[in-house]
Amino acid sequence: MSDSLEYFRENRLPHIWCPGCGHGTVTGALVRAIAKLRLDKNKIVVVSGIGCSSRAPGYLDFDTLHTTHGRALAFATGIKLSRPELKVIVMTGDGDCTAIGGNHFIHAARRNIDITTILMNNNIYGMTSGQYSPMTPKGMLGTTAPYGNAERNFDLAKLSIAAGATYVARATAYHATLLEELIVKALLNPGFSVVEALSQCPTYYGRKNKLGTPVDMLTWFKEHAVNVKAAAVMSPDKLEGKFLIGEMHNSQEPEFAAEYSALAEGVRRKFDSFQGGLRECAQNSD
Amino acid sequence: MPSVKLMQGNEACTLGALTAGLDFFAGYPITPSTEIAELCAEELPKVGGKFIQMEDEIASMAAIIGASLTGRKAMTATSGPGFSLMQENIGYASLAEVPVVIINVQRVGPSTGMPTSPSQGEVMQARWGTHGDHPVVVLAPGNVKECFDLTVKAFNIAEDYRVPVVVLTDEIIGHMREKVVLPDFETVKVTKRKAPASPGGYKPYLADPDGGVPLMAAFGQGYRYHVTGLFHDETGFPSNRGDVADILIRRLMRKVEKAEPAIRDYATESTEDCEILVVAFGSSAMSSLSAVRQARAQGIKAGLFRPKTIWPFPEEPLRELSTQAKRVIVPEMNLGQLVLEIERVIGVRAPVERLSKVNGELFKPEEILSVIMGGEK
Amino acid sequence: MSEKKKSFEHIVRERWCKGCNICVAFCPKQVLALRNGKVYAAHPDQCIGCRLCELRCPDFAIEIHEKGVEEPESKDASDVDHTIPPEAKHA
Repeated sequence: MSDSLEYFRENRLPHIWCPGCGHGTVTGALVRAIAKLRLDKNKIVVVSGIGCSSRAPGYLDFDTLHTTHGRALAFATGIKLSRPELKVIVMTGDGDCTAIGGNHFIHAARRNIDITTILMNNNIYGMTSGQYSPMTPKGMLGTTAPYGNAERNFDLAKLSIAAGATYVARATAYHATLLEELIVKALLNPGFSVVEALSQCPTYYGRKNKLGTPVDMLTWFKEHAVNVKAAAVMSPDKLEGKFLIGEMHNSQEPEFAAEYSALAEGVRRKFDSFQGGLRECAQNSD
Repeated sequence: MPSVKLMQGNEACTLGALTAGLDFFAGYPITPSTEIAELCAEELPKVGGKFIQMEDEIASMAAIIGASLTGRKAMTATSGPGFSLMQENIGYASLAEVPVVIINVQRVGPSTGMPTSPSQGEVMQARWGTHGDHPVVVLAPGNVKECFDLTVKAFNIAEDYRVPVVVLTDEIIGHMREKVVLPDFETVKVTKRKAPASPGGYKPYLADPDGGVPLMAAFGQGYRYHVTGLFHDETGFPSNRGDVADILIRRLMRKVEKAEPAIRDYATESTEDCEILVVAFGSSAMSSLSAVRQARAQGIKAGLFRPKTIWPFPEEPLRELSTQAKRVIVPEMNLGQLVLEIERVIGVRAPVERLSKVNGELFKPEEILSVIMGGEK
Repeated sequence: MSEKKKSFEHIVRERWCKGCNICVAFCPKQVLALRNGKVYAAHPDQCIGCRLCELRCPDFAIEIHEKGVEEPESKDASDVDHTIPPEAKHA
């Protein structure tokens, strides 16, 4: 951990997350992944939206941008397209990313822009005290689903893959080692990467649904997670009530910021003799 | 040497932006602003810049803020419905003090309205569209050449004061074509962003509480600082302490208030001895100018005051002129927005007459002239 | 053959520890315990250095070092006097 500590803004710790909240574990996994890859601190930008997960960048010693609810990927797209050499990471949550942020999420995936998205899924809107989100399972309780959530929830892996993300993975705050490995691969993927990290919210989701202590909630993750490789050879009835973890999708496809930059550079070279395109044309027009 | 070109208003805005150093545009197509996006898509790659059509206007505003934080000069362009969508992130740019330029080519609203017809219905929204007390500067070109000039000025104001600047045109000015004499581009004054000398000890929001402007570092250059839409202290980190909030919001608002005399811009026509003062902006001012000249030709002492900065409103020059005026006429393509500021500033010094046209058509000069004449005793 | 058993040092940053009990509960060798709401190594000799406590800790509050192999470079961060206070409230 000590070699990872340098990636934190130590004077901003301890963080605001509740005792036993999984977000710290997920953030730690991200930092360890960055440390393992020896990424240059000065070339990383971490962007977030609004919510408990989105408080993470404030604790990290990089250029950090805490934006408006759901819009992190749009801000991040501006940063990445403007400076493709920067490593752009988005930290978001289930509500921030798939509710209000859903549109920006699918378009970032469609573009396959090189942004690594760490989605901390605690199945709830924690910061605002426990409303249900598009990733709250049907039947679970939230303050705005007092009789049980009547909506189906997203399968984020399927959504990501359908939208075009080239690296999609899932782990939990219990599976901290796996989470770190998946994040390493996500960071290395030159395209849109999504790592869904299930995280326990003992204060709201946990209490409302009587899921017990943080340890109980992590134990639930342990007992209900099945690695996708193992699941491939398991019968459907054995997978009842379980969720998949591991690498869901990994493909190589052209990355948007690089593609556009190459395209634009080709145009610029053709007009190299004109300094400023329209400006020159205007000057020579009479 | 200067050059002469027949140019559309939207084209002139784009050219002004490029001259000011625009190198990042993110936008979404919407009539009657789309030409700006199309021109930027074509021209930006030629100058080493980047263009992206985002999935909506909310994302467009977000993307230009992101780009500006990496050191780019960034802009978007839109009209009513898109401008409404952009409000939350305009507030973000205002609070986080990120320089950006937004061109709003007004059309008839509210809602889908009449997409291909002009109006001046966003005067108040341009100032107060987003929640909370927030600084914003709004410029209103009155002809095609001013689309060029004021867009350059918009970028300079955005950089000098770290504030979002709206260039408020309308469908007439955006789509009409006029002969424009363009200056030598090297002679155009363009502000360079004031950055700190080095990362050591940098506090991103450290500034004189009396409207000071903090130095702005770019992401990716070793500063490793935090930008947030939460209220923050000079370190940039969130704070909800009352004293910190008070200092921040007052400094932000005072930034523009203090800058007003320096950024104030307006034009006048025959106001030295005028008794009937017409106050108009944008395309209404074009018709007003013709009406005022026709009135003068008939011996009526009419004059025109045309604000080019409409927010912050140029109170001082108008107040001075109102002391001599017997009547003030305010033609607007809305049911009374800028006139509220005019009435506030003039007070009891002269009676103010509102002249509204809201059928999606430009004022005819004779419509304004007959009001000027009609009051003659 | 006898191998020298590795021994481990447990660095706890008490100021950051929130006593959530995750590290205690999941330690495969029951090394850790809570005392006054903070973790400490009750049976450090039983530690096998799996580092699961360190990896799962949400507060970056515990760090494991192999004795005699690595020296911890950073001092206990909770001793450092930071003049900027932690956020007392959150939005």
